[in-house]
Amino acid sequence: MTETATQGARIADVCLIGGGLVGMAIALGLQRNGLHVAVLDEGDVALRASRGNFGLVWVQGKGDTLPEYADITRLSARLWPTFAASLQDSTGVDVQLQQRGGLYLCLTEQELDARARMLGKMHEAAGGDYPYETLDLKQVREKIPEIGDTVAGATWCPEDGHVNPLLLLRAMTERFKAQGGIIDNTGRVETIEPHPEGFRIHAGGDWDCARVVLCAGLGNRELAPQVGLSAPLSPNRGQVLVGERVRPFLDYPTGHVRQTGEGTVQIGDSKEDVGFDSGTTTEVMAKIAHRAIRLFPLLRDVKLVRAWGALRVMTPDGYPIYQASTSCPGAYLVTCHSGVTLAAFHEGPLADWIASDRYDPSLEVFHAERFTL
Amino acid sequence: MPNVSHFERLPMRAGEQVTVFVEGQALKVDSYDTAAAAVLIAGLVPSRTTPTSGSPRAPYCLMGVCFECLLDIDGVANQQGCMVKVRDGMQIRRQAGARDIHEPRQETAT
Repeated sequence: MTETATQGARIADVCLIGGGLVGMAIALGLQRNGLHVAVLDEGDVALRASRGNFGLVWVQGKGDTLPEYADITRLSARLWPTFAASLQDSTGVDVQLQQRGGLYLCLTEQELDARARMLGKMHEAAGGDYPYETLDLKQVREKIPEIGDTVAGATWCPEDGHVNPLLLLRAMTERFKAQGGIIDNTGRVETIEPHPEGFRIHAGGDWDCARVVLCAGLGNRELAPQVGLSAPLSPNRGQVLVGERVRPFLDYPTGHVRQTGEGTVQIGDSKEDVGFDSGTTTEVMAKIAHRAIRLFPLLRDVKLVRAWGALRVMTPDGYPIYQASTSCPGAYLVTCHSGVTLAAFHEGPLADWIASDRYDPSLEVFHAERFTL
Repeated sequence: MPNVSHFERLPMRAGEQVTVFVEGQALKVDSYDTAAAAVLIAGLVPSRTTPTSGSPRAPYCLMGVCFECLLDIDGVANQQGCMVKVRDGMQIRRQAGARDIHEPRQETAT
């Protein structure tokens, strides 16, 4: 960055837009590469998928139609233990990472067969290197004694796990600040002006930077075209129910129900196309609760203490966009709907790619051109 | 002693007397009282321990907000004592840590 920046603007090597899980993971990785990073965040009015997600570090079934996505998902799962340990070292925050395997519970044989077939194909595509098992009810009961009698079975992957996503966001933010990072949430980013030496960003205050990384979730839709990129994203609502804290009854996360380190029961996995409405509905909550009780009859009398809706950040094919702008060099777009699972990958290899400013052919499959070709 | 309850009953309309059991001890209370009030009258302080750190707690806000008064009432744990009116014969117990929802194991057939 040059010293000739116009007066009144603050200066950073990199301005990163969006202080959620995706943004903060990349911000930490850029700091690790010696860059001075400012995170421009909209503040508490943001849609913020990071505050509403389920907290799974999930491998099984991800990337069934894109092996490269399965690869980065598994890479991130492998990087997670070191990442979590380093967050605890630097901040004292234990993000409650557990990677002892996870189950996707199925209520019907058809559902179980379909999942087993999908994972079988992934196993084949990975040349046999894709650990999973199909479990019948008896085998599920060996892992979860409290499982309901009407469960058909489950698929099991030893690489699955979970984490507390709110503690994760807090730990990353604390570490970022402790390392000299600046979080500016004085206003929403309105415009990004590319110029020969970098970018001028107009938000609550103005910023000058050599590089800009868009991590604004659904907000990327408006920001990306300003730097020659495209972010065809749409919101997909998930509703989550939170039950009272109870003694541990569930040693593994499942696709629909997990128990946190404090004993809280978290239930979810609804998918709705309802635009930007992040509310809750009785109908969907009832459906979620019914399924949970069939899976775990002992939840019958557990009281709900909270429920919320949050918007997933979805591309047309569900996979991430990782892309550098060719018309505005120095601008990057990073968007995905698995900010928890991929956090370790984002902090590591992906941030290294942005810091190095080099072309990486392995990321080409994640370019947004795939939607227009 | 820091754990002595400062609960003091102010004049109020008189209701019927009912008997509840706090940790098994019979206690006469007013029918308008709540389970949390019964616990304070009985001096059962602390009345619970927290699920994560096990630290001691007692009824606090008495208006349904703070969740500090969680009790085991008639065998069901995690009940907000300040929101539950007493009933004759009610069994009120301390709650230790998180509620246990495990199904009681079936007796082995003989």
